[in-house]
Amino acid sequence: MLLGVKTEEAVGSRIKSLAASVKHFTDHNDILLDTLTKSDDEVTFSILDSDDAVAIDKMLSELEGLHIEHVGEDYALTLTSDAIDKTKKEAISQAIETIRNRLNQFGLAEPTVARQGTDKILVELPGIKTQEEEQRARELISRAAKLELIAVDEDRAMRVYGMSDADAAQYGDIILADKERPEVKYLLKEIPILDGGMLTNATVAFDQNNRPVINFALNSEGAQIFGDFTGKSVGKRMAIVLDGEVYSAPVINERIGGGHVQVSGNYTVNEANDLAIALRSGSLLAPIYMMEKRSVGPSLGAESIRNSMIALIGGFVLVFVFMMVYYKMAGVIANIALLANLFIILAVMALFGATLTLPGMAGIVLTVGMAVDANVIISERIRELLYEGKTLHKAIEEGYANAMRAILDANITTLIAAVVLYAYGTGAIKGFAITISIGILASMLTAILGTHGIYEMLEKKITKSKNPSFWFGISKKRIA
Amino acid sequence: MEFFKQTKTINFMGSSKIAMAFSIFLVLSSFVLLATKGLNYGVDFAGGTIVQVQYQGTAPIDKMRAQLKEQEMFKGASITEFGSPDEVIIRLKSSSKDVSKDIGDVAREALKGTGEFKIRRVDIVGPKVGNELREKGVMSLLLAMLGILIYVSFRFEWRFAIASIFALIHDISIALGALALTQIDVNLDVLAALLTILGYSLNDTIIVFDRIREGIIKAKNTVLSVVINESVTKTLSRTTLTSLTTFFVVLTLFINGGEIIHSFAFTLLVGVVVGTYSSIFVASPILMWLGFDIKNYHSKLADKAKRHAEKEKMRAQFEQGTV
Repeated sequence: MLLGVKTEEAVGSRIKSLAASVKHFTDHNDILLDTLTKSDDEVTFSILDSDDAVAIDKMLSELEGLHIEHVGEDYALTLTSDAIDKTKKEAISQAIETIRNRLNQFGLAEPTVARQGTDKILVELPGIKTQEEEQRARELISRAAKLELIAVDEDRAMRVYGMSDADAAQYGDIILADKERPEVKYLLKEIPILDGGMLTNATVAFDQNNRPVINFALNSEGAQIFGDFTGKSVGKRMAIVLDGEVYSAPVINERIGGGHVQVSGNYTVNEANDLAIALRSGSLLAPIYMMEKRSVGPSLGAESIRNSMIALIGGFVLVFVFMMVYYKMAGVIANIALLANLFIILAVMALFGATLTLPGMAGIVLTVGMAVDANVIISERIRELLYEGKTLHKAIEEGYANAMRAILDANITTLIAAVVLYAYGTGAIKGFAITISIGILASMLTAILGTHGIYEMLEKKITKSKNPSFWFGISKKRIA
Repeated sequence: MEFFKQTKTINFMGSSKIAMAFSIFLVLSSFVLLATKGLNYGVDFAGGTIVQVQYQGTAPIDKMRAQLKEQEMFKGASITEFGSPDEVIIRLKSSSKDVSKDIGDVAREALKGTGEFKIRRVDIVGPKVGNELREKGVMSLLLAMLGILIYVSFRFEWRFAIASIFALIHDISIALGALALTQIDVNLDVLAALLTILGYSLNDTIIVFDRIREGIIKAKNTVLSVVINESVTKTLSRTTLTSLTTFFVVLTLFINGGEIIHSFAFTLLVGVVVGTYSSIFVASPILMWLGFDIKNYHSKLADKAKRHAEKEKMRAQFEQGTV
């Protein structure tokens, strides 16, 4: 499948964290702000006291990739286009890295995760056997896995059911729903206590009722913040939020040191395992979406390829028989070259690990056609010379020389087209281009060098036999 | 065995005007067809979703339709038989972007109770992918033609290059016209077939041109149409043999290849016929009408040989130290 990355959202969250750091800085330094607002690509605010401008400017100058517009007391912050590009690029490479990590831990055979173009990710899972496995892999890949620990706004928690999102925003709160029972709502502080960035490990364990739970460990900084917060907030609730859903909101009974947190939820062992993998491998900076997916059931793939193969082989056999009847020995020699040509194409394709697709098959039809053509051209040229009364030996030599130019020009022109198609084409066109490039090179080798070599090997026999109709299938009457 | 025993030159260029009128008619009708009916882009280019389902026994299409109607995801789905009465294709113009929710699973769930079935194929192509593919496909075709133009100009002469490109455009247009006429789904396999036609037609044209070039160089007669007639007659046996063998390979593919390869084989079938015809009746007359002059070409060749000889002389003198 081909996945896209919503890179704009990575930019959006960059803006969001910019707003958060401005807020954090001003709160911390007792700077009074008038209206701090953020849009999709801009943070604006004004300061009340123009003396604070020096401190603000100093703080902002330490942040990278900012474009600052400062008029009087008004500030407008945007990201420079370089910073936006960089954020987008990072979001993509981080997504690739994360998906690869997750799939590796999932334990599938030979997953491919590769960048395609500038902003697409190609994921191939040849090891998938069952429908369930595929479903699990897709869920694992697409999971944002954004873990947050957020304090419940206990002052207003009672009124949550009467509030809209806009009402909540006035108090700096957000409303999130419970995972198990979506009708249960929580009023939570907008700015979380901790997020998944401070997570060091996540494992699956079982609680006293033998249900799977996820234990995770925080780094020292996270453990410190968590300890401080729980110490201050005894008797209040803390929500454990994953991807915007509240998993649980236990009451804090005491200060929790050591940085170990347990998340229970009503999951199966598989779900708990996948969740732990997603948490361990980190969250996706930007969400991903499906651009293209192709799954061919094993029966269909095999069957259609087999049918087409039978048809192709049938066609080739017809051509082989025809060549032998029409050109006699020359036809036999041409057929040897054709077979060698086919084997070379298949062998090189196998070497590159190319799968036989329809465009690939089209390439084989074209190049085998061109190889037959090369042999026909050579044989016709030799026949012409024989009609003119040349000896067998001379006719073969001159026939090859005459045919060579035409074959080379025709093949090189097609090869040029193939190279351009390879350079500019995507997926299927590329496959086609590779097959014909291999095929053309192979057919020049077999049709020109190969058959000529066979004639040279048989030279003595040919000159001794003096029987052009046996070698090239022409009627004796016309030579005379 | 021999098919072509006549040693008499056939006057191909004599009927070139009629052939040309016929070609122009075909190309123009293809353009009209493309403009009015248009190509029927399949999921690969238009974007959308395909779910292929195989039943044990005849597929209950009406029942499927009724049950799929209930699902939000399958709004506006078209359900058609595919190849045999057992097999059905569900086509959707939309494609779901959701990675975790698969339309194959939704279909499996929705079709429960309609009989024993297997989901054989799920293709989802987002609109962006299809667009990009179309743009890149056209772009690569144009660039390929440019490359051919340069090479053929270099090896033959610019008029040969123009003529071969016209023959290519002729063949591809008519093949596209045939696709518009039959309203066959244009998918990646059809694109592959079009590319094959390009390669095939080019091969054919170059082989004929090579003979014409040879004829021109050896010619004592300076009337181009006579030389072309002689050369085309000489390649006739090869042209027919190659075309016939290719035609039979493609025909067996068309008849026995199964539904999935049908559109591919059809496009090739059209291409082989048109490609053979165009190398004789389109490429060569264009060469004539572009004002190719044998005397001119001969004097150019003579000039070239003279310059080459002079260069050799200079070099020889230089090496002997007399200059």
